[in-house]
Amino acid sequence: MFRFILGRLLQGLLVLLALYTITFFLAKAMPGEPFTTEKNVSETTKQYLRKLYGLEKPLWQQYIIYPSKIISAGDFGVSTSKGRPVNDIISQSFPVSLVLGLGALTFAIGIGVPIGIISAVRRNSWVDWSLMAVAMVGICVPAFTVGPLLQILVAANIPGLKVAGWGSPLDFLLPAFTLGLVSAAYLARLTRGGLLEILSQDFIRTAHSKGLSPTRVILKHALRGGLLPSVAYLGPAFAAMISGSFIVETIFQVPGMGQHFVNAAIARDEFLLMGVALFFGFLIILMNLASDILTGLLDPRVRIGKEAS
Amino acid sequence: MLTANNSTKETPSSWLILSCLFFLFAGCESETAVDKATREGILLMGNTAEPKGLDPHIVSGVLENNIISSLFEGLVVQHPSKDGVALPGVAEKWYPVNKARPDEWIFELRKDVRWSDGKPLTAEDFLFAFRRILTPDLASDYAFMLFYIKDAEPFHKSQRAYLLFRNNDEFPLDWESLKKVDFGPNEKADEKSFNRLGLDHLDSKQLEELKKEPGRFTWPASVSEDVRNLIIDKSLEFSNSGRDLWDLIEFGATAPDPHTLRVKLNAPLPFLPEITKHYTWFPVPKHVVLNHGSIGERFTEWTKPQNLVGNGAFKLKSWRFNDHIEVERNPQYWDAENVGINGIRFLPIANLFTEDRMFYDDLLHVTYTIAPELIEYSRKNYSQYMRNELYLGTYFIRTNVTREPFTDPRVRLAFSMALDQEAIIDNVLQGGQKPAGGLVPPFGGYPVSSSVKFDPERAQQLLAEAGYPGGKGLPDIEYLTTDKETSKATAEAMQAIWKKHLGANIKIKQMEWTSYITNMFDKNYDLAAGGWIGDYMDPLTFLDMWMKDAGNNRTGWHSEKFENLLDRAGQTSDPQARFKLLAEAEGIFLDERPILPLYWYTRNYLLHTDVKGWDPLLLDNHPYKFLKLQRSADAPR
Repeated sequence: MFRFILGRLLQGLLVLLALYTITFFLAKAMPGEPFTTEKNVSETTKQYLRKLYGLEKPLWQQYIIYPSKIISAGDFGVSTSKGRPVNDIISQSFPVSLVLGLGALTFAIGIGVPIGIISAVRRNSWVDWSLMAVAMVGICVPAFTVGPLLQILVAANIPGLKVAGWGSPLDFLLPAFTLGLVSAAYLARLTRGGLLEILSQDFIRTAHSKGLSPTRVILKHALRGGLLPSVAYLGPAFAAMISGSFIVETIFQVPGMGQHFVNAAIARDEFLLMGVALFFGFLIILMNLASDILTGLLDPRVRIGKEAS
Repeated sequence: MLTANNSTKETPSSWLILSCLFFLFAGCESETAVDKATREGILLMGNTAEPKGLDPHIVSGVLENNIISSLFEGLVVQHPSKDGVALPGVAEKWYPVNKARPDEWIFELRKDVRWSDGKPLTAEDFLFAFRRILTPDLASDYAFMLFYIKDAEPFHKSQRAYLLFRNNDEFPLDWESLKKVDFGPNEKADEKSFNRLGLDHLDSKQLEELKKEPGRFTWPASVSEDVRNLIIDKSLEFSNSGRDLWDLIEFGATAPDPHTLRVKLNAPLPFLPEITKHYTWFPVPKHVVLNHGSIGERFTEWTKPQNLVGNGAFKLKSWRFNDHIEVERNPQYWDAENVGINGIRFLPIANLFTEDRMFYDDLLHVTYTIAPELIEYSRKNYSQYMRNELYLGTYFIRTNVTREPFTDPRVRLAFSMALDQEAIIDNVLQGGQKPAGGLVPPFGGYPVSSSVKFDPERAQQLLAEAGYPGGKGLPDIEYLTTDKETSKATAEAMQAIWKKHLGANIKIKQMEWTSYITNMFDKNYDLAAGGWIGDYMDPLTFLDMWMKDAGNNRTGWHSEKFENLLDRAGQTSDPQARFKLLAEAEGIFLDERPILPLYWYTRNYLLHTDVKGWDPLLLDNHPYKFLKLQRSADAPR
């Protein structure tokens, strides 16, 4: 187990290095520079700015300096567009995204898994078809449609719910629902599929013939195996949810992390861009690892210790 | 097949509980956010995005101005309803030393002004602020706003050689004859040569290197070897002495005593008080700034919420990144008892639709703007809150006069005359914009031009004269614009209009912001969307950008006649005569028409009727201290 985790972490480091390299060179390949503004900024001023951010150095030096600062001091650089350290930006926006992501995860699981179970149990009935149709719609309708609809139809009509903003306890509901909806729909389909496969197996028939109640058979015996595809999906999906979403954040005015991916690229803010990209990469690696461990615990067929050796 | 009818009864219960909670909380609140804020005297203001910072010397945007003008105050203050009228701020009196030639001004400061930490504010704080924004290391984007002050520009641009030799009798040459030397950075020079950095920016080590290898810097042939060596030696001597360029200049701003500020300018400037309303001219607290770093240090902690000290009507209360900035009354403010509201909450709402929905839902007193798609809806449903006001800005299309076919002024005029401004405003923009008759938008005293007119017949005639009858022979023309939806709609409308009237084939090239700016800087376009918002209330803010070396010109156009007129206007003190010269310059500009004016900006936004004392202002720089919040009967919803 320990060796498995260590191996995965080493792999993760390589992935991060690749991610950094790609992001670095893509950022450099973008036309313009961070100090391109519509204002009449003199070349002298631009030179001072480049020096300030270390952007006047040769490319290979810049490529080495950034990660070495991260490793030696945990310093992700200063954002050129926000004028403050990237560390500050991540540490202030990530907790918000985490709360929102946990809310979204709750919605995703709370809605997706039950729907999947009901569909599987009532396979090929009108209940199954209609639920799966709803799930399909959930996958297909984008957040920039769902969000405004919720604002107009729900928030504007229920006093106490705000159309947008972050701060009071109920503010997370609508954005979390919007963010979780797509995952809920995926989860419903994955749970249904996983469960159907399990339900046709011998041990389930045995459980039934032992006289166990159908509820018990599903929840105790079938679900454990039936959830495996969902768990594998949830790792990276959760990482995506807690690293924020540009669309959900701008629609609901949430001070999360997702907007920085887009805005940093537009502003040619390479330090912020690399900072959030690396942080997101790190989260994905961590969550993938977590979902692998969880799969191992749920499924005795996957023996983590052996796999690594 | 397994059937388990009751198997999932309990699972949706969590959802049920959640929805119950949802309605329980929902019932609690009956007062809307705006009602509550009005009662508490807090203005809720949409402010489009998170500011780049709150340091008046670092930022350069409108949204930052909105916040900074609550925290700091300049020498004079904008009148709440009259454009171009100054009320006393930190200065209680101001006047030019010589009325006939206003190139030197005196500002008498109040004796009772204090920073928000209680320390007295003196003329020294202004001098410090001016020096700081001009300090090259700080790399302020907006330092040029102070270039009117004597010797501000050469200091900011580190013009070492110029400052060393301009008044030096030993120097063998007239300084004017050295114009061609790369004293400043030359972007086009070879990367390894010192021309790239500029001679004035070489440090001692680099100057020593240059002495050993003279080939590393290319001089124009007109400069003799003796002069070259003299410049290098003296520069090296100065660089080794460790002195600052500040010691070499005769800076125009001085403080004869702690409550008097004297400002000597390069040329007469009858509207100097107007310029001092801009935040680049605001004082900063010397004792606080230096406490957190040196004068040229860009990222220090002095603007952090716990450290920031200002002299405005308000002081910083809280700042949650990307969520809000809230300011509250500053009890140390000299006019504190006349401040009408208790605070302002600035919300960085980037999504225009979200901002409007927040207003409809009673979460905002005032929006930054209205989504163009929601203007009609707002007019219908929220007409009492709709504001449509003239703004000091012009939207235009740049032509690249270095590229065919726009090298020919007749072609430029033809494209301008074929531009059906009203059709675009009425059918595409729908924001009540005004068709632009010229470059400078209308405002008090200045004779507004009306030479830009829709005249398709004359346009066709001009195009034929230029050798393209009916558009025959015209190359495909690339129109560069941004990736916004409205830019696309406007571009498509113009594409159709130019096709119809001139037979021109326009290719639309949409690019995201930085690429668009970069292409425009590099003159990599035929036609490009553009616009300009005035920095201060004077036509010059629209005219001087078209001089040959002005960074915002980007068309390749220049005219000696035009610049001579601007020069003459700069030496003229009588306002009427000056305006006449400026109008003449604008006339020359419009005859050549390097840009095609489309419309004069209007600002569309939503303003709650609870807000009193918010009158239309051309620069949209509402002084918050005069506002009041009072419950009005007709709240939305």
